Amino acid sequence: MAVASSLALLATACGSGDDGSSSGGGSSAGALEGRGPITLAGGKDTSGNLQNQLNAWNAQHPNEKVELKELPEDADAQRQQMVQNAQNKSDAFSVLNMDVVWTSEFAANQWITQIPEDKVPDLGKLIPATVDTAKYRDKLYGVPITSDGGLLYYRKDLLTKAGIAEAPKTWDEMLADCQKVAALPEAKGMSCYAGQFEKYEGLTVNFSEAVNSAGGVIVDKDGKPNVNTPEALAGLQELTNGFKTGAIPKAAITYKEEESRRAFQEGKLLFLRNWPYVYAKAEATDGSSKVAGKFAVAPLPGKTGPGVSSLGGHDYAISAFAKNKATAIDFINFMASEARQKANIEKTSQAPTWASLYDDPTLTKQFPYLAPLKASILAAQPRPKVVKYGDVTAAIQQAAYDALSGKTQPQQALSDLQTKLQSLITQ
Amino acid sequence: MTATAPVAERPAKEPKQSKRPQRFNEGTGRLAAILLSPTLLVLGLVVVFPIIMALRESLFTSGTKLDANGFIVKGSTFVGLQNYTDIFKGDTGHRFWNAAFNTTFFTVVCVVLETILGVAMALIMHKAFKGRGVVRASILVPWAIPTVVSALLWKWIFQADGIANTLLGTQILWSTEGWQSKASVIIADTWKTAPFIGLLVLAGLQTIPAEVYEAAKVDGASVWKTFTRITLPLVKPALLVAVLFRILDTLRIFDLPFVLVGAHKDSVETLSMLAYDEAFNTRYGPAAAYATLLFIYVAVVAYAFVKILGADVIGEARAKKPGGGGKAKKRRATAPEISAAAATNTGMGA
Repeated sequence: MAVASSLALLATACGSGDDGSSSGGGSSAGALEGRGPITLAGGKDTSGNLQNQLNAWNAQHPNEKVELKELPEDADAQRQQMVQNAQNKSDAFSVLNMDVVWTSEFAANQWITQIPEDKVPDLGKLIPATVDTAKYRDKLYGVPITSDGGLLYYRKDLLTKAGIAEAPKTWDEMLADCQKVAALPEAKGMSCYAGQFEKYEGLTVNFSEAVNSAGGVIVDKDGKPNVNTPEALAGLQELTNGFKTGAIPKAAITYKEEESRRAFQEGKLLFLRNWPYVYAKAEATDGSSKVAGKFAVAPLPGKTGPGVSSLGGHDYAISAFAKNKATAIDFINFMASEARQKANIEKTSQAPTWASLYDDPTLTKQFPYLAPLKASILAAQPRPKVVKYGDVTAAIQQAAYDALSGKTQPQQALSDLQTKLQSLITQ
Repeated sequence: MTATAPVAERPAKEPKQSKRPQRFNEGTGRLAAILLSPTLLVLGLVVVFPIIMALRESLFTSGTKLDANGFIVKGSTFVGLQNYTDIFKGDTGHRFWNAAFNTTFFTVVCVVLETILGVAMALIMHKAFKGRGVVRASILVPWAIPTVVSALLWKWIFQADGIANTLLGTQILWSTEGWQSKASVIIADTWKTAPFIGLLVLAGLQTIPAEVYEAAKVDGASVWKTFTRITLPLVKPALLVAVLFRILDTLRIFDLPFVLVGAHKDSVETLSMLAYDEAFNTRYGPAAAYATLLFIYVAVVAYAFVKILGADVIGEARAKKPGGGGKAKKRRATAPEISAAAATNTGMGA
């Protein structure tokens, strides 16, 4: 009763036409009310399974149906449409399927509604690192629906032949394994390692992983940039040295996910950092992959121990301008539920955020990479949580790309990046 | 001095001639204004209004500050010309001049290449030979493909293990910073838009009467002389319009470098990409400022082009009365004379 009345109070406070700078984060927090039809806006559903999920909800809630608003497949185009929708204060989009790195920008602009944590009963069952991606200044603005983490794909057949039993846990072990395998006749023309080093979001991911795996940070826990450190330098140098010595092939500077996947599938790479989606493609037996049955996956290696992955995935958030927010939060909870997430991974192989699903025996049988993926996501770090993410990621890409292509020295690149980030992240 | 004679003549004839035409003109003028007003209204709405809004936008900024709770302070502030002056400062200034150079460089190199290839294509398409239809169609295919799609095709060709490197026997990483990424953009742009110039020049070629060529042939003009003294001057009006369109288009080049090479690459970043980047990061004021600068640049180049080369964009010359000394008419009259002169020249040489 008390909750209900305070909700009503807050609702009237919100409805009083205070359109200017809203005074507190709390003002939008309680206003999750109103029931009726809603929409879900997100990127094109390439799996075709999302509609099945929505049908399951619609069958149970005939008066609160969810309609899918398909946006383009390209993430930038999705964000652009969501921003536009918010700037028009349109209620066309109720629930937003957002990339994890957009949370801060959308929250700071008050384009999405703060969600009280007690409205999401399953929150504690979700992997903490994924929940963290949906938070801005310690307040919850979304619920993680899918996650993603980097994996180390490796040629198990060649490692076994070279007498190596286990996947490497550190960079030094990985390089040593490469040396051993290089002596085999089968390894002729192969390179040791590759990730994604083209100048795009993937480079931010790979650079962050290198820095985090060496114990460094780009932006610290208080949100301050702190990248000009010996740890970050060690991480970056691991990559620049890889290019210098040829452990990483020169062509890797043009690799995005797909280019690097093809190189691995054609047998040009011994080790590859990539996302879980590669597993099914590399395992394909229709002749498209030369490594089917010959590879395995492990968590990423680090400097002195296991590496730290960057977090991918998507959160569902509620547009600040949406109607029927009570339905919206119920729908989000429905989609975040164990049953729905299980149904989703079975059909789409998208990594769930529900921790227990990674230990589900039927799923681990269907997706052998779930165990290393769980380890990867449990230890993962989000990419910098900043309001001006677009500028920050561009600055990171600039610094990393210049260092990897040999245009600037790693030390210089990091100190330039630190200066740039300080001007971008002003508190 | 010659021009003063007809002007002086007019007043003498005025009492006799002016009344009727003037009344006629007045009536038509009013009717014309009424009939044109819907068009002008639409033009005002879709052309003038957005330009003014963009200019206004470029004088404001918004969303730059956070309040104590971490929320962006709403509303926009008037900053005068600060968005413009900021463009030329420090790092941004360096980026701007680099983009301005790239834009100009692409425009000059691409348009020159496209003009040469386009004219050559037009000459081939104009010739009567077996399978001409097939050749014409195949030359025009690149122009029919959307730029983004052609950019993706070329991206594929220019991959590290792509067909370009295989054919050339090289290991060039085309999408990396440096001359190679510039070259890839120029190649792809030329491939795509040379047919456009070819198409317009072909239309111009088809208006040249065959007798002119016959006359040149009779006079014994060489192929080269026929081309430079007959074909080029007569096709010039069409060619200049085609080149002008290409210049305006290339100055705004965005999709090709953006898709083929990628964003934030110094070697291929153009002014449009800077405006896009600002708008993408929801800084609409600076984005509008970049767009306005590009708009002014394009307008100046177009104006200079029309003034210096006399490109006849709106059919002005052709609309003029025969006595008015229309350029096209004049050329049509002089070209055979030139060719005759050329013919005599070659005749003398022989």
